[in-house]
Amino acid sequence: MSLSAAPFDKRVVLRDSLAVAIPVGTYGAAFGAAAIGSGFTVLQTCLLSLLLFSGASQFAVVGVMGAGGSPLSAIATGSLLGLRNGLYGLRMAPVLSLHGIKKIIGAQLTIDESTGVALNQESRGLNASRYGFWATGIGVYFFWNLFTLIGALGAQSIGDPSAWGLDAAVPAAFLGLVWPRLIDTKSKLVGFTAAILALLLIPIAPAGVPIISTALLAIVFGWRK
Amino acid sequence: MMSALWIATLVTSLVCFILKYIGYSLPDSLLNKPRVQRINSLIPIALLSALVTVQSFGAENSVVIDHRLAGVAVAAVALRFGANFPTMMLLAAVVSAVIYRL
Repeated sequence: MSLSAAPFDKRVVLRDSLAVAIPVGTYGAAFGAAAIGSGFTVLQTCLLSLLLFSGASQFAVVGVMGAGGSPLSAIATGSLLGLRNGLYGLRMAPVLSLHGIKKIIGAQLTIDESTGVALNQESRGLNASRYGFWATGIGVYFFWNLFTLIGALGAQSIGDPSAWGLDAAVPAAFLGLVWPRLIDTKSKLVGFTAAILALLLIPIAPAGVPIISTALLAIVFGWRK
Repeated sequence: MMSALWIATLVTSLVCFILKYIGYSLPDSLLNKPRVQRINSLIPIALLSALVTVQSFGAENSVVIDHRLAGVAVAAVALRFGANFPTMMLLAAVVSAVIYRL
């Protein structure tokens, strides 16, 4: 971090941050609609975006509950997907050096996007990295919550999305979340075997188990390089 | 009385916040373990892929092929050709709705 005192152009970093925050935030509408379709109320849907604030975990909670799973399997699946935010925190801690209330707010804003933009700004210096983190985190938080409400109210007004046959939107959302992560042979292998394992377990295991059990594949494939 | 949906909403939120918070409170030597990093990067891939399958084929405790699969297949093609997230989801929803109505 020898460049920490270097000045940076706030407008450039802000533009990078908003270029991520606005499109990502609009996906909140898809989440809002999916949650209502899975039986959540508008209040519960908005609380998931305000309090949980991690897209994949939120979709997992409504996906597992919508498929008839128990709260325990929803909590376990959502939390396992949230585990990576903890590792992002580990990575961001020396960059942000937060204490007290800022640590609480900063932790809540630690997601894929805020961490990603912050790390991309590192070549511009420590201050640019911090600025990118906060601008992206706050931007995604604002737009994600706004669009969650819009999506939830919209879905509520048309009734149950599955009655319209719109329910492919939920698995499509998961596909869109996993797609950019399938970058090499191992990740594709994990994705493929997880899909097969889940398919085999659907008829024989309680709802939620076919999802959470695939975490074992991540451990098996990740154990060795 | 707390419903199952309330429990899932509030407890997952609490656990995920704690996970985020402890990231800022742990020694960073943990992150330097390559095995932890590898497993951590594979967990979302496994869970999200399983969610795609369960949401595409699952109906209670049985595997069914219906309009959802058509929607997801279209989503995959859209992603393959570089469509953005909202476009891909819109296409999936529209195609599945059309097949559902046929």
